[in-house]
Amino acid sequence: MANDPSEKDPVSKPPASGAEEKPIAQKPAEPSQTASPADPPKSVEAPAPKPAAPAATTPAAPGTPAAKSAAPAAPAPKAAAPPAKEAAPKPLPLDNELVQKLKARFGDAIREATLDRKQAIVTLAADRLREISRYCRDEEKFDMLVDLTAVDWPKREKRFDVILILYSFAKNERVRLKAHAGETEPVPSVCEIWPAANWLERECYDMFGIVFAGHPDLKRILMPDEWQGYPLRKDYDILKQDTDWVRENLGIESGQ
Amino acid sequence: MSDPRITELSNVSTTVLGADEIILNMGPQHPSTHGVLRVKLKLDGERVVHSECIIGYLHRGVEKIAEHRSYQQFAPYVDRMDYVAAVSNGLGYCEAVEKLLGAEAPVRARVVRTILTELQRIASHLLWLGTHALDIGALTPVFYCFREREEILKIFEKYCGARLTTHAFRIGGLQYETYDGFEQDVKRFCDDFDRKIDEYETLLTENRIWVGRTKGVGILSAADAIALGVTGPVLRASGRKWDLRKAMPYAAYDQYKFEIPTRETGDTYDRYVVRMEEMRQSRLICLQAIENIPAGPIMARIGKVLKPAPGEVYHSIEAPKGELGYYIVSDGTTQPYRVRVRPPSFINLQAFDKMARGSLVADVVAIIGTIDIVLGEVDR
Repeated sequence: MANDPSEKDPVSKPPASGAEEKPIAQKPAEPSQTASPADPPKSVEAPAPKPAAPAATTPAAPGTPAAKSAAPAAPAPKAAAPPAKEAAPKPLPLDNELVQKLKARFGDAIREATLDRKQAIVTLAADRLREISRYCRDEEKFDMLVDLTAVDWPKREKRFDVILILYSFAKNERVRLKAHAGETEPVPSVCEIWPAANWLERECYDMFGIVFAGHPDLKRILMPDEWQGYPLRKDYDILKQDTDWVRENLGIESGQ
Repeated sequence: MSDPRITELSNVSTTVLGADEIILNMGPQHPSTHGVLRVKLKLDGERVVHSECIIGYLHRGVEKIAEHRSYQQFAPYVDRMDYVAAVSNGLGYCEAVEKLLGAEAPVRARVVRTILTELQRIASHLLWLGTHALDIGALTPVFYCFREREEILKIFEKYCGARLTTHAFRIGGLQYETYDGFEQDVKRFCDDFDRKIDEYETLLTENRIWVGRTKGVGILSAADAIALGVTGPVLRASGRKWDLRKAMPYAAYDQYKFEIPTRETGDTYDRYVVRMEEMRQSRLICLQAIENIPAGPIMARIGKVLKPAPGEVYHSIEAPKGELGYYIVSDGTTQPYRVRVRPPSFINLQAFDKMARGSLVADVVAIIGTIDIVLGEVDR
């Protein structure tokens, strides 16, 4: 309430000019220079790079930090610019100890390993998810399933990414497992490996309609049991409701 | 209910009276379910044989809404998940988007964020303490707790004009400078607060009824807690010394000294002790931070239109209730392609069945309270 807008000069200026089309063309030059003074904070982040830790210890290390420090500089000035040629930071290939071990053991089932914003992502074959998860928990000490979720890419042949975020207390490190799944393809449930997956898989089923094979009690969790459709799918419009459900249970015509 | 066999039950396997099992619905309007949680209890006499949480009554589709708002527009929505710790939600979201952009808030902003977030932790724990004690039957603490919480909310109000759903932070830093007298207000609160915690402790810590109602109730072992993904004070009370502020420091936490309180048994009493100590530690963090708030800008230069490069990021913070994570996928446009919130309350609530099995109906209330859930966050 007692905040004087004039006090936040350094804040309000860049956006104000950034709102126009013209200045932007010049903008990228300046901020990218000012971005280098902003680098010290980067090094503040450096001592705490958990997911980055694997990268720092791998052969990829020399290339990685360089590409990384370029990456933060790029998006910053880009802000209002049209999708210009500034190379979007392509996810870098990742080849640390964990990935090597996984590849040695599971071969082709490990499709891809990347590093995006210093975070490790391992893409794998959905049908071997349970096996690989068990290995990660027992051999690699990823003892906690932090989260399990999905992303819908309807244009892709296999439209869903199922994502597991794992954490290892021993290594203080996270890794993300990713499996592609088609609309009608069941994904193996990891409930027996991490009981935490129970509700998380139910939520995924509820929101995306992904079926987890071997789940002890796969049913809706947030939406009403009789709800039709899967709200977080991209083709489920934000205004869409299950009009029948609304009529029947609320006794009103849907307001949309 | 006044079955004479009940006395035997404590020594006997609970399925003995299979024929007498009844289903009891608690909620969604039960006052001690802290909102709209419905618990379906299967009872054998007074003992809980099985329980099932039925949630979703407060589901608003926050993750769907995120896909239809720009990054900045979505920021106020996150306050409405864990609405008793809105500042923490905002911190997690802003930092996640900053990480996605490859930007970082200036030092001054990070320190102010730390102070406000720790005050919020205290406020959240105070609300927990008041209502949890009220559920169990101690009527006094809630008045004391709200008295101090009010002081914190006043600081929030002076800082950003809002008390509950504050939207205190912006992506890239802060919208507002601290007001004149901010440091003094925080200092005055912290100076008094230690004595106030002592006051709550005189009411409860050695109170026979309190100890009787909480010791040995709702035990959760560390191994179970980890398997169930439980984080925050609940995990620490089970003996695992783990706190994201130390494990993966964010904001300005690496600059301050504080302890991570832990206990061994993992019962309701231990969780009480851990949260009480956490409030003291948060107070110490505030006092350290207030000593030296660095000068400088409060907003990073990130531009007005945010278009993070395609990719994804997961960032999490230690919210009052546990690990609060944001998984954000960008497709290079101004709106997030997907925002996933990892809600600590939702995942901690999953441990409820484990904690409640075999306990008495009366203890169910204590167990719901001790997990410290906010249904706005469970259901999103």
